[in-house]
Amino acid sequence: MSEIVKKFMYLNRKAPYGTIYAWEALEVVLIGAAFDQDVCVMFMDDGVYQLTKGQDPKGIGMKNFSPTFRTLGDYEVKRIFVDRASLEARGLTQDDLVEIAFEDFETEEEIDNIVEVVDSERVSELMNDSDVVFSF
Amino acid sequence: MSILHTVNKSPFERNSLESCLKFATDDAAVLLFEDGIYAALAGTNVQSDIADALGKLRIYVLGPDLKARGFSEERVIEGISVVDYAGFVDLAAEHDKVQAWL
Repeated sequence: MSEIVKKFMYLNRKAPYGTIYAWEALEVVLIGAAFDQDVCVMFMDDGVYQLTKGQDPKGIGMKNFSPTFRTLGDYEVKRIFVDRASLEARGLTQDDLVEIAFEDFETEEEIDNIVEVVDSERVSELMNDSDVVFSF
Repeated sequence: MSILHTVNKSPFERNSLESCLKFATDDAAVLLFEDGIYAALAGTNVQSDIADALGKLRIYVLGPDLKARGFSEERVIEGISVVDYAGFVDLAAEHDKVQAWL
């Protein structure tokens, strides 16, 4: 366990599949989580498309990394946020997004869905609260 | 000379679609693929641009790219035709040239 716990924000602004950013970001999030850091994952702009339900990239010959998002809770990533304005600009609602469950094995705390849709003020607040922001 | 225009970038990230629609003339076709498919979905901030363009152009979207990103054909704006890879090839063959908006 590390001595100093920093607040990391992973800022995702790219759609999946068209570029490698989304996949790379997910890998880095999982690595960061393994080092017991305080992790927050933010999805905004085209990044909100990373969380859409029902992704099936067989037809374009790519690996479906969408199910990995649903395991983030198991890696003790508990704070996942989506910018509301980005969803609205794209005609999407929270119903279009995957649900990510969380369970704390020590306290037995269970949350059905940790994906939280937030307003831009809250996004700014979360950015200001972070020690480090990783951008993808 | 009829042209097949292809757009593979998200309309929310680049101006590829905007430029394409500005310069494409009445006899042209536009194929949306890869991240370009997001422009074909109903309810977005760019739907009105697509609706205007449908009045003068034929617009197509690549089905496998829709499916990859989690969207069914029901989410596509009315008037846009969904094609598969063979349909993409047919479109390329039917037109005099292909112009890619990267």
